[in-house]
Amino acid sequence: MKYYTYFPGCSSSHGGTKAYGWSARAVARALDVELIELEDWNCCGSTPSTSLDELASFCCAARNLALAEKRGFDMVTPCSACYVILSRTNSYLKVYPKLKAKVDECLAAGNLEYRGTVKVRHILDIFVNDVGYDVIRSRVKRNLGGLQVAPYYGCQIVRPRPSFDHPEFPQSLDKLIASLGGEPVSFPLKSRCCGGSLVISEETLALDLLRKLLNCAFANGAECLVTVCPLCQTNLDTYQSRVNKRFKTHFELPILFFTQLMGVAFGLGDEDLGLKTCIVPADRVLARYF
Amino acid sequence: MNSFVEEICAIPGGESIRLCIQCGTCTASCPNAGSMEHTPSELIAMARAGMREEVLSSNAMWFCLSCYLCTVRCPRGIKQTELMHALERLAVRYRLSHARSRTPIMYRSFGDFVYSLGSIPEIGFITWFYLLTNPLHALRMLPVALRLLRNGRLSIKARRLKPQAQQQLKAILDRAQLLGGLS
Repeated sequence: MKYYTYFPGCSSSHGGTKAYGWSARAVARALDVELIELEDWNCCGSTPSTSLDELASFCCAARNLALAEKRGFDMVTPCSACYVILSRTNSYLKVYPKLKAKVDECLAAGNLEYRGTVKVRHILDIFVNDVGYDVIRSRVKRNLGGLQVAPYYGCQIVRPRPSFDHPEFPQSLDKLIASLGGEPVSFPLKSRCCGGSLVISEETLALDLLRKLLNCAFANGAECLVTVCPLCQTNLDTYQSRVNKRFKTHFELPILFFTQLMGVAFGLGDEDLGLKTCIVPADRVLARYF
Repeated sequence: MNSFVEEICAIPGGESIRLCIQCGTCTASCPNAGSMEHTPSELIAMARAGMREEVLSSNAMWFCLSCYLCTVRCPRGIKQTELMHALERLAVRYRLSHARSRTPIMYRSFGDFVYSLGSIPEIGFITWFYLLTNPLHALRMLPVALRLLRNGRLSIKARRLKPQAQQQLKAILDRAQLLGGLS
């Protein structure tokens, strides 16, 4: 059994992508990974808060890091935005002593301190590197039988800090799909942006980015996409009908969390995977496995 | 060295602006450069020329997607995305922004919830943003919202922290406000 401090993030705990949280936990259980949720965590601040108030945004993240440090395990999150914000705070506190002094003073106001020892990781990293492809392969009960899957990484799992995969041409998700019996299709836009939160404020621009992604996946023969981020999934899934309307396209590509696809291959049921929460129905593509 | 460049250099992540060789890699990598009044590399050149007001009132940084492609490609190691965020914060602080982008209001709506609740109730945040900008657009999004609701993806109830955790977060953020940022 491997133990981690689990930081679910707002979207996958109480927000629109609870299915990511459910499936991540179910798959972790199947892989003997124990995700112990961080008690009383708060929102990491996400990207918008770094654009408003720098010190406050570092403090939002640092409170979580300080709470996690008491546990002593690596801190793992399924959300790419939480991942980038928490690791950014971690590295900035090491590099900028003046910043650290101020954050320390703020944390002290809440009777907390942070020494900087927590390692922040994405849940994909845990599954492919700590557990490994061989173990994952050994848990497969329903081989995906060549399902054509576009591996979509998005931005913040691979950038800006060097992490467990290449910043522009990552491979870990490709290999994971293959270890489930699926066929990762060539997907040149695999680490391009989905529009992020600008889908709310600048929808027209974001729809064009989404169209390019969907088009690239479709042109390469994908039957579905898998994502590693709540916002990527929400944009590609929820706004797919808006893309179709705007560009007169007919995309009908199910957008799954990679943990949902793992769960399908592991023989888990929908009560663990929440496949019915997909806006673009996944039944047509996944029916053959149930 | 002009004072605007020094101001930027004092911000964590901003110091490398001096290293820019104007190769344009950031601009060529940016998915949204075409919608910006000034491209990312232009912004750096303008900042170094001391064009403080023009830079801070540009819509450019508000179109940054935080995809970090510029950052990993910059041959000089400039953290261009961090720079965009820093310019956003300066624009907010000096009230120079906002005219040609709805993003500042979206970020502010987001921040209001994060700082007061410690969590982000998506529906509350988005509704608040539409009310502040374009309530009519909320109507256009109604079909999407209904589908989300039908598929169990709209949570009306926000996650609440326990009272002592909420107080702790508030104490930390109050102190941050008291310290008044990093500079």
